[in-house]
Amino acid sequence: MEALFPPPIGVEPMEKDAVDPAADALERQIDAWRAHLRRSRAITAPDAAELEDHLREQIASLGEQGLSEDEAFLVAVRRMGAIDALTREFAREHSERLWKQLMLSGDGESGDVEPSAAYGTREMWTAVLLAAAAAATIKVPALFGIGFDDDSAFYPLNISFFTLPFIVAYFALERPLPRSSRLTLAAAFALAAVVVNLFPFPSPAGGTQVADTLALTALHLPITLWLSVGVAYVGGRWRGNERRMDFIRFTGELIIYFVLIALGGGVLMGLTVALFGAIGLDVEPLVGNWILPCGAVGALVIATWLVEAKQSVIENMAPVLARIFIPLFTLVLVAFVATMAATGRGIDVEREILIAVDLLLVVVFGLLLYSISARDPVAPPTLLDFLPLALVGTALLVDALALWAIGARISDFGFTPNRLAALGMNVVLLVNLAGSAFLYIRFIRAGTPFARLWSWQMTYLYVIAGWAAVVAFLFPPLFGFE
Amino acid sequence: MPAPVSINKDLVAASSTPLVLAILAEGDSYGYAILKRVRELSGGELEWTDGMLYPVLHRLERSGLVETRWEKAESGRRRKYYRITEAGREQLADERRQWRTVDETLRKIFSVISECASDGSPISAPNRG
Repeated sequence: MEALFPPPIGVEPMEKDAVDPAADALERQIDAWRAHLRRSRAITAPDAAELEDHLREQIASLGEQGLSEDEAFLVAVRRMGAIDALTREFAREHSERLWKQLMLSGDGESGDVEPSAAYGTREMWTAVLLAAAAAATIKVPALFGIGFDDDSAFYPLNISFFTLPFIVAYFALERPLPRSSRLTLAAAFALAAVVVNLFPFPSPAGGTQVADTLALTALHLPITLWLSVGVAYVGGRWRGNERRMDFIRFTGELIIYFVLIALGGGVLMGLTVALFGAIGLDVEPLVGNWILPCGAVGALVIATWLVEAKQSVIENMAPVLARIFIPLFTLVLVAFVATMAATGRGIDVEREILIAVDLLLVVVFGLLLYSISARDPVAPPTLLDFLPLALVGTALLVDALALWAIGARISDFGFTPNRLAALGMNVVLLVNLAGSAFLYIRFIRAGTPFARLWSWQMTYLYVIAGWAAVVAFLFPPLFGFE
Repeated sequence: MPAPVSINKDLVAASSTPLVLAILAEGDSYGYAILKRVRELSGGELEWTDGMLYPVLHRLERSGLVETRWEKAESGRRRKYYRITEAGREQLADERRQWRTVDETLRKIFSVISECASDGSPISAPNRG
């Protein structure tokens, strides 16, 4: 609930050169009154219109009894009751309105009397149609005998091209995207698709593993191409940290919404299998071949639309999660380092250690990114700013310990593509976090603008996408497609 | 001239449903006209804060006792009209029976105590046989 005590009504200065100053003043007084009413979410535009009709009727009636418009307005407002009492009464009657309802977006802000059902409907249909298109497209390769469960690496390698173009298409349809950007994006996707499919990866015949470089390309390609989604998201105006930060926020919310939809989808599929199992039908192949893939790619488009639709309605979830988990991760890392120091145990250097440390850095990077995405960049440093700094500091310490342990034995292992990719990602994130820590300390101690941290992170997106591109496109030829 | 009766808030709230339903039973109406009618009927003694009528109307609408439609008033503004539904009429009949019972009960006891008062016998000491 906001604005419990609206400023006094009817104190607006009157325009001297208005055609009919008195009537004009009345209109403005009524406007101000309506604006106060509408500050409460409990009072919708139709409610306000109904109350306004009452107020005008009352003013007219009082006018007939000889009151001036000013007096009539004041009496009518008084009879209507104090606005906060009124809004409280409406809130009690319509408590559901205090819960922000995303799907019921019928509350037209423009003051139209009837709920405008058209609001948001077009976007919804765009999303539904694109989701259907994505679901249909992912099954097209099946016409050529390429399934999900056979050994072919077609789907892992191409999954980006079955998902990301539909998100890009959604933005291209929903916002003015310059023609040049459209062409560039289409060219980028087409080029990437042609290149990775022309790579002569050895076909994994009969139980042999897929090539390492193919797996690396499959893993890094979406990271690179995600930048193209960013270009579409910002409507081609990629310059400017604010827009890029919006894209980062969008990404976080998209992941959260996708996970939520996936959870629901899991329940749906589980129940489908169980229900049909009860009548002796095994629908698992059907679920696995149709509902799961089609649902997943469709869900991504739907999640995109949901994030867009709820943007101004619901608080961003990613920063909330970041705020919850930053202290927890810091605690775990501190406990880990303390235990290492106390027991004298060294890091057991195994093959997976680099992957594990990379994952840790990715998580820390995400937590840091979303915590700064929600921070007011002009607010002075507070004690709370030490939390992300502590997290980054301990993560860097753990990473240094791990790298030191690996460094001693890296020559024993040799440089396989996997190890080089993991090491490269580690260095990329290490530099990012070290730079962030440095800027954070400068911000807390010397008061350099927080925006510097933003622009560091936003510029760094190029580095991450660039490294991913190197792994996706250069590693296979460099390592002979093995 | 009798002093104006100030009616207790709970009583105003309790009587609002039957009163609004009864006024709508006379014919479709809208907020301002309903309030005007209340004022007429009570001789101005049943004073509602105007705005409070609307949450009541919305509650009735939600319970399906009234239905609404928007119409263009002669002023050119759009106006929300309320019409009583069949369920509303049933509710009104029910409310009527309840209020009659309350009214009759109160009347009886009030007439007893006013007789006592005219007898001069103490009101606060009922006859225990």
